Amino acid sequence: MAAHLSYGRVNLNILREAARKELREFLDKCAGSKAIVWDEYLTGPFGLIAQYSLLKEHEVEKMFTLKGGRVPPADVKNIIFFVRPRLELMDIIAENLQPPREFHILFVPRRSLLCEQRLKEQGVLNSFTNIDEYILDLIPYDGDLLSMESESAFRECYLENDQTSLYHTAKGLMTLQALYGTIPQIFGKGECARHVANMMLRMKREFAGSQNQILPVFDTLLLLDRNVDLLTPLATQLTYEGLIDEIYGITNGYVKLPPEKFAQKKPGEGGKDLPTEPKKLQLNSAEELYAEIRDKNFNAVGAALSKKAKIISAAFEERHNAKTVGEIKQFVSQLPHMQAARNSLANHTSIAELIKDITTSEVFFDNLTVEQEFMTGVDTDKVNTYIEDCISRKDPLIKILRLVCMQSVCNNGLKQKVLDHYKREILQTYGYEHILTLNNLEKVGLLKPQTTTRNNYPTIRKTLKLWMEDANEQNPNDISYVYSGYAPLSVRLTQLLARPGWRSIEEVLKMLPGPHFEERQQLPTGLHKKRQQGENRTTLVFFLGGVTYAEIAALRFLSQMEDGGTEYVIATTKLINGTSWIKSLMDRPEPF
Amino acid sequence: MAFVTANWNPLGEAFYRKIELYEMGWNLKDGLRECLVAAAPYGGPIALLKEPQRRSPSVRPQLEIYSSSGVAMASFPWKSGVVKQLGWTVCDDLLCIQEDGTVLIYDLFGNFKRHFSMGNEVGQSQVVEAKVFHSPYGTGVAIVTGASRFTLATNIDDLKLRRLPEVPGLQGAPTCWAVLTQDRQSKVLVATGADLFILDYTSPPGLSPQATSIVHMCVSFSYKYLALFTDSGHLWMGTANLKQPSVVIMWDGHILVAGELCSQFSLSPSLFHRLVYRKLYPLAIEICRYLKTPEYQGVSRVLKHWACCKVQQKEEADEVIARAISLKLGEAAGISYSEIATKAYECGRTELAIKLLEFEPRSGEQVPLLLKMKRSQLALSKAIESGDTDLVYTVVTYLKNEMNRGDFFMTLRNQPVALSLYRQFCKHQEQDTLKDLFNQDDDHQELGNFYVKASYKEKAQIGHLQSAVDEYNKAKNEFAAKATEEEMRLLRFQKKLEEEKGESLVGFSLHDTIRTLLAVGLHKHAEQLYKDFRVPDKRYWWLKLTALAEKEDWEEIEKFAKSKKSPIGYLPFVEICVKHHNKYEAKKYVSRVTPEQKVKAHLAVGDLEGAADAAIERRNDGEISTVLSRCSPSTDRALVERLNRAKATAAKK
Repeated sequence: MAAHLSYGRVNLNILREAARKELREFLDKCAGSKAIVWDEYLTGPFGLIAQYSLLKEHEVEKMFTLKGGRVPPADVKNIIFFVRPRLELMDIIAENLQPPREFHILFVPRRSLLCEQRLKEQGVLNSFTNIDEYILDLIPYDGDLLSMESESAFRECYLENDQTSLYHTAKGLMTLQALYGTIPQIFGKGECARHVANMMLRMKREFAGSQNQILPVFDTLLLLDRNVDLLTPLATQLTYEGLIDEIYGITNGYVKLPPEKFAQKKPGEGGKDLPTEPKKLQLNSAEELYAEIRDKNFNAVGAALSKKAKIISAAFEERHNAKTVGEIKQFVSQLPHMQAARNSLANHTSIAELIKDITTSEVFFDNLTVEQEFMTGVDTDKVNTYIEDCISRKDPLIKILRLVCMQSVCNNGLKQKVLDHYKREILQTYGYEHILTLNNLEKVGLLKPQTTTRNNYPTIRKTLKLWMEDANEQNPNDISYVYSGYAPLSVRLTQLLARPGWRSIEEVLKMLPGPHFEERQQLPTGLHKKRQQGENRTTLVFFLGGVTYAEIAALRFLSQMEDGGTEYVIATTKLINGTSWIKSLMDRPEPF
Repeated sequence: MAFVTANWNPLGEAFYRKIELYEMGWNLKDGLRECLVAAAPYGGPIALLKEPQRRSPSVRPQLEIYSSSGVAMASFPWKSGVVKQLGWTVCDDLLCIQEDGTVLIYDLFGNFKRHFSMGNEVGQSQVVEAKVFHSPYGTGVAIVTGASRFTLATNIDDLKLRRLPEVPGLQGAPTCWAVLTQDRQSKVLVATGADLFILDYTSPPGLSPQATSIVHMCVSFSYKYLALFTDSGHLWMGTANLKQPSVVIMWDGHILVAGELCSQFSLSPSLFHRLVYRKLYPLAIEICRYLKTPEYQGVSRVLKHWACCKVQQKEEADEVIARAISLKLGEAAGISYSEIATKAYECGRTELAIKLLEFEPRSGEQVPLLLKMKRSQLALSKAIESGDTDLVYTVVTYLKNEMNRGDFFMTLRNQPVALSLYRQFCKHQEQDTLKDLFNQDDDHQELGNFYVKASYKEKAQIGHLQSAVDEYNKAKNEFAAKATEEEMRLLRFQKKLEEEKGESLVGFSLHDTIRTLLAVGLHKHAEQLYKDFRVPDKRYWWLKLTALAEKEDWEEIEKFAKSKKSPIGYLPFVEICVKHHNKYEAKKYVSRVTPEQKVKAHLAVGDLEGAADAAIERRNDGEISTVLSRCSPSTDRALVERLNRAKATAAKK
């Protein structure tokens, strides 16, 4: 079921299995039939660990969503609350309790004294037979990808100065090291990266003595703050997977698509009975075709799909050549695989058509043109007429905010007059309440007034080669293909760390926020890896505050490069895109 | 040479023998008569309570503890209530279960540790019988009351009392009973007459072996086997699920003490734990080394236990003890100094505890004890150091209750991490405190935001907004102050108009307000807002055009287009008419579109000829191609040819 997790350089299925084992153990602690009451936010992430079948095997008979009032009637012995440690959820739980059943709480990812105190104040703490924690920090998302699925991590860290998610990050990395060995080298850039590294080193000291005897799987850990590279997520991703996320949004590995294109057309039925429910698809590398095309620039997807179509129809044609019983048998045995491939092809052809309708539209083109102008440094210091027009037409606010922020980042801040003009236009058009959102964007540095006349973005762009004029979308030779010209800053930093090392870019690193550092963790003698000649190094890149699919695509591209020398495994607090990211920073006061 | 198998007796297909290992060293005058006796498992200590029924203050029962070889370890008169049962925990603690349901816990040296109760309802009906049992979760206690109700606790260290269901049809006390642990659950097996019941929550009772009446039963240590003794003198032995009887033998009045055979090595960890409980430290360490137990599981545990004893030695000075402990423990793996410190604190030695805590490498571990000892500032720093925000929250909550508000705020002010966490807490839980915090820090920007938020939540909107303006001014945020003033102006305007015209406007942005006014034909009011709020011309034109088009007020649009030169050009006029399916109106504006947009405008209204003319006239290759792409080769043949010719000419130039 999760075989795709074990295909990669590092077998991430070990982590998933460890998580499943822990879940089973907890469920068995609550003997007898049970119902789970879910904190809605957790069901998605849990889906990546265990399906309903596992729960059912352990006598979970009912599932409910946690909400006010009492738990719906269920003829079960145990009621288990799966919740994040949040005070407001504790109050709801207190309302839900109704004897005579046994109640249990499973905190994810960690128990919280504060929450238990709250339950005590509510007078219900003693109603629970088990209060436990389920340490689910890093969730295996794909063969080379781990995510904490923590939506608010960026907001908490950079806006609210709440470093809870960083503590979980450090804990998650300790768990990872317990399973995959101590990571000998740690590099980092940014305040949060420094904080996480400090906590990891402290935690290691605290467990001094219990030495980890596992041969290290990872050679290097690179911790990167999202605010070191604020630009990349603002740009529209142009890979296949990136565009699916930009347009439809991928949640916990699933996407919901408009159903029309997926209607099963059977002869004679015509066009009636069009499905109305969105089509839900799981997207990961378990699907062969998707693994092939997900990271391609969208302009190269059409060719890949038609090539695949030819291969599949050729395979089906083989049946005419099957003459002997043996050959027919051979053909039939391959049928299920071929049919799956054909379905997969049909799905992705439909998705590609949906996306193409959008990417070929004028709106998309105009928006992309302005983005690329900003990224190449064209007229970033003036009020942009396209943005003005979009505001006049009252286009979606997030689109406007993405563009204005991008202009600000590419100009190292906007002139006060320009900034105020945009802000005023936004407030008058979308409502004065957005003054809070604008304030948030300023706090995290996405919007800012220019303080010095010196704009260092061009220097950064040139030194790190962030813009490549001749990006090859079909047969890429550089990571810039993922944004059709723009090479994501974060991935450039990763690439340069591997070769030739950060010493070569000291000047630029100083222009980017936060400290950069290197730490080494001692390995017990006997665990020092002797690298075979030509053997690649393995680096875990951790994006604190989120990573985009296009950045992941760029890192996969680097992993696959011949004589690249390094393979990457990616970890993050959350998979983001410009829209979900800006959304997480918005403040919407609820009207009375 | 003696005949070596002579003393082995057959038992079914197996053989057994009895040998005496050693003689008991004790000297009991009256034997074990009128005594409650409990022997700890694995050759542990033996406890005796002599004449437990004695109640008079002058003649009390005597509690005595002996080692397994009969060496006296403790002896004292029992001054508490009537004891019904003695038992040992897996950690060699002695449990004394009283008639009133209270359970007192002593260590094996007779020191009182703590007590707990088996439930309030026991009080009146009293404990008739009690049993101590062991399970994978620890040591449990089960009681049956005079009302024949069973209550059990599976683990006395994590006390959860379970009251078991009533035995159907049971009159008076059950004949006998035992506790089973099966399928991770503790159950009670009860015999009443010839009937046998299993009490738990799930499975139905009703298992009955062939016997007339069961008078005694006993469960093996692993809970795999069960022995039943019947009034007919039969002893039934079988698996505890009562499905496979294995041996049934006659018995003639003797008591057989039988244990299970375990291999020596599988036992060694628990053997070792017992040595520690019995304070045989050097021996325990030797065994750890012999067994090559990992340091943090073996030697470190022994040392910790030793240190916990050491801190209780009242005659030695804090300095001396702390030094002795740190010397011996050094950097031993996995030592929890905070546990040792807790012990010291429990013995009333706070200073020693603080000294010991300094050796604790895990800052998080230090926090709970520091709080207990009222070293809250230190606890806060340590919590922050650990990075565990939950711990920081805990300390902050504690400080909040301990300190007066001023001191509390001041403490937070010096700890920015704690302060921002507390702010988050207040944001969700205590809005007023949040305001106080901002006030204290003179954070006018945040205060301004606070009032803006409040203005959306509470009725006194204008008042809150005015406060926001004041705060933004103090924060020297001119933009925010002005914007908020503007907001107030809009709000007043909306309210006034709502009263006058009955149009619902409050809550709309300026943009949407103007749009609504235009939609309902209040053009003058719209115009007024446009001027008062200095809405840029371009935006106003877009807005008005869209609003009128939605109303399909073509006449008004035409008037608007002619009112003055459009700051947004005329292509939007063309496009919006087309969008509302009125090509006729759209065509009116095509001629006024700039040359650069002509092709686009013609195409929008579906006029290929016009588009072709415009493109050819401008000799623009890109535009010619665009028009070409819209032509169909069959119907527009002449046009296609013309365009291709023009394209060729354009290419030459």
